Amino acid sequence: MQLLLDSLLGTIKDILPILFVIGFFQTVALKQKIPNFPRIAFGMMLVIIGLSIFLVGLEKGVFPIGIEMANQLSGSSFTGVSADASDAADVVVDAAKYLWVYVFAFMIGFSTTLAEPALIAVALKAREISTGAISPWGLRIAVALGVAIGISLGTYRIVVGTPLYVYIITGYIFLVIQTFLSPKMFVPLAYDCGGVTTSTVTVPLVAALGIGLATNVPGRSPLIDGFGLIAFASLFPMITVLGYAKIAEIISKRSVNK
Amino acid sequence: MAETLKFFLKKFFTVCLDILPIIVVIAFFQLLVLRAPFPNLQEALFGVFLVVLGLFIFIQGLETALFPIGEKMANQFALKGNAFWVIAFGFALGFSTTIAEPALTIIAQKAGNLAADAGAIKKEAESIDNYVLGLRLSVAFSVGLAIALGVLRIIKGWSLVGLIISGYCLVVFLTYFAPETIIGIAYDSGGITTSTITVPLVAALGIGLATSIRGRSPVLDGFGLIALASLNPVLFVMMYGIAIHGIK
Repeated sequence: MQLLLDSLLGTIKDILPILFVIGFFQTVALKQKIPNFPRIAFGMMLVIIGLSIFLVGLEKGVFPIGIEMANQLSGSSFTGVSADASDAADVVVDAAKYLWVYVFAFMIGFSTTLAEPALIAVALKAREISTGAISPWGLRIAVALGVAIGISLGTYRIVVGTPLYVYIITGYIFLVIQTFLSPKMFVPLAYDCGGVTTSTVTVPLVAALGIGLATNVPGRSPLIDGFGLIAFASLFPMITVLGYAKIAEIISKRSVNK
Repeated sequence: MAETLKFFLKKFFTVCLDILPIIVVIAFFQLLVLRAPFPNLQEALFGVFLVVLGLFIFIQGLETALFPIGEKMANQFALKGNAFWVIAFGFALGFSTTIAEPALTIIAQKAGNLAADAGAIKKEAESIDNYVLGLRLSVAFSVGLAIALGVLRIIKGWSLVGLIISGYCLVVFLTYFAPETIIGIAYDSGGITTSTITVPLVAALGIGLATSIRGRSPVLDGFGLIALASLNPVLFVMMYGIAIHGIK
């Protein structure tokens, strides 16, 4: 209960800037009264209450689940890696022993992205403004695959301990090359797909998975190696969406030529 | 009455859909791969219940209050055609929605605790709180700046690709100087920020602007704000890291 109250107070502080922005721009810039004030006030109250409960739930439920899954899948009793190996950074880790971690990361990434409401909305909007050239299902599967591959590769990186920037910068270079080869219409959409894919529930879960994994694998530090999964999940969808765009272009050209 | 109930059930189902894939995948692993009971199952389930309930109320609130007024304001500013006010609004919108973003709140807190455990900052409640607040403010400020820049881009018709690629070059440049302890958090912050509150409002602003300015296409110019908002925090969190930990 105390936790909920703390969360409530924190949330009110967090929401204040939004209220201030709406009030200020409505009255000063647009010179209008706030329309339908009781309804807005009621909605804001719902936002504050909902957000407080949600945050407590993330802290008590989602985060521990992510850590727990990481503990179970990468714990010594499941992988057979001895846990008392020294913390030295040069410990050689057998990456194959963590196979189930990669599979788990892939499945979590794929399933949560496919069900992501924000992505469904973007996919429908994309079809609308591209007058049907972008298929919503194609886009969703491309993004979900991107997230799944991204998180899965990200957990592999935590296990082997390669610096994060090596992967991300390579990904950037790849993406830049792809950008110049892709149909122009898709580029801004593909870039946005990186940001919209990871929902408020998935992000803490995946972050917890990374931190838990880095805590368990001998020689890894949670602060240095534990983060980075979200970065992978934001980068790879851009690559797969541009890839999808290229394939769709080639197929449609072929059918026109026939 | 039955209509309202049906409406609420439908909404509730949408929220469950957010959680369902996670539960299915975890159950699959517990039953078939790990073949072990989940420890602290009751507490975790209670947490998940709070998540579903909280998210449901939260989204109801967003849809009754924040989204209609936010989208309306975005459209009005887009139509008004005063560049200064649109840019100022873009900044304020990005900043305020990011400070409220729940995923950022929780991950910044974890990052603060981990940094204290690893000895990167002092292990006192006050220094952790300052670090967490500093992280959140740098991310929120950078998202505000990104939206302002993105709005300017739509007005001026600059190429998104050019901006993004120069941003990537800056990321590479800063990574070289940034302390190792901040890089992971910095790279992650881009994806964390753009979530439940920020995305719908920012997308409305972008598409509204691109539709109302002559010669801009919603496809080419309307998207792209989120991309900038995911890139900019990476830069600013690394700068924050350099500012408090010093250059590597």
